Amino acid sequence: MNSTSLMVIFVGSIFTNNILFASFLVMCSFLVCSNKIDTAIGLGSAVTFVMVTTTAINYLVYHYILLPLGLEFLSYIIFIAIIAAFVQFVEMFVERFSPDLYYALGIFLPLITVNCAILGVSLFMVLRNYNFLQSTVFGLGGGLGWALAIMLMAGLREKMGYSNVPKPLKGAAIIMLVTGVLAMSFMGFSGMISM
Amino acid sequence: MHGNTAQQGQKTKFREIFMDGIYRINPITIQVLGICSALAVTVRVDNAAVMGGAVIFVSIFSNLIVSLLRKIIPLRIRMITEVAIIATFVIVFDQFLKAYYWEMSKQLGPYVALIITNCIVMGRAEAFAIQNPPLQSVFDGIANGVGYTIVLVLIALVREIIGSGSLTIFGIQILSLLELGYTKNLIFVLGPGAFFTTGFLMWVLNALNRNGEEEK
Repeated sequence: MNSTSLMVIFVGSIFTNNILFASFLVMCSFLVCSNKIDTAIGLGSAVTFVMVTTTAINYLVYHYILLPLGLEFLSYIIFIAIIAAFVQFVEMFVERFSPDLYYALGIFLPLITVNCAILGVSLFMVLRNYNFLQSTVFGLGGGLGWALAIMLMAGLREKMGYSNVPKPLKGAAIIMLVTGVLAMSFMGFSGMISM
Repeated sequence: MHGNTAQQGQKTKFREIFMDGIYRINPITIQVLGICSALAVTVRVDNAAVMGGAVIFVSIFSNLIVSLLRKIIPLRIRMITEVAIIATFVIVFDQFLKAYYWEMSKQLGPYVALIITNCIVMGRAEAFAIQNPPLQSVFDGIANGVGYTIVLVLIALVREIIGSGSLTIFGIQILSLLELGYTKNLIFVLGPGAFFTTGFLMWVLNALNRNGEEEK
């Protein structure tokens, strides 16, 4: 069992091992949905919520159903099915009980199913042998870290709208370069904590 | 006569599919799909090549199966069906790696499993295989897989040479700059280097593409 303390996992997964800058997950929606701060906040909070809950559910399923039955090789397909089902469920639930929230988050929810960070966090949790609490904290930190990254990027992109970007660099290329600079600044945290 | 032209039409169609996947709408540089794994596994050339192989394998077979089943899959649940098909082939590949190439499997870590949510494979199943006959779909799978692999290996070449000052492919050392007094540039091994390399590659390819098309 991994004995890293909860605080280290939490701070580490937000800053030093940020899921976007260090593990390169969820680039797709990062590139598409980071042009407005409002959108970024909506998507960021939806991802954080789904990440915490699915990591917890996946932990329980993996350790109490798959491991005793010796079915670890099925874990990928089970994880993704759980994530898809959970997202669908949340969507229906939110639509029924809080239409306001539904309109705020609604469009992002289906996107989350194919969001690789959600699956990625579940896979890392298995690889790193976290226990239940550690996994949940890791899911929370990962989600917050990603939300932080996409909000930073959205802020930068709103400003970038006024600048004169060379034509071939427009679109994804300039975002990659800016992300590179952001990732470099996040590397500054790396001496702080090691996971 | 008629059959001949039909055959020719078929041939150009295959060529179109191939050129599309590799160059014109290259999954990474033009469609900007599947970036996650492109950045994560490109520290070394052999990792990139194995990852490319995995994507080629998965996209060929998932395209084939999706295309064979395209008339039976109900529209409402087609996404989850596609995910299940893709996941099956990813698991097959992952188990194969674990059984025969344990070291490689450990280095790629969760990224092989993440092919399931890789937008390329999913995107091709959704955009191409679900509406086209099996043979074309298989070709499309090969083309996109190869296009992906080429970009991956290119990025990995730059990162390995600049980052670790040497080039080792499957245990054979091809190039070593360290003896010439080169200092390793660690930035290229870590995250930022991946972003910079990919950004520059997109820049160059966009500039080239634009020259060919004329300014609009």
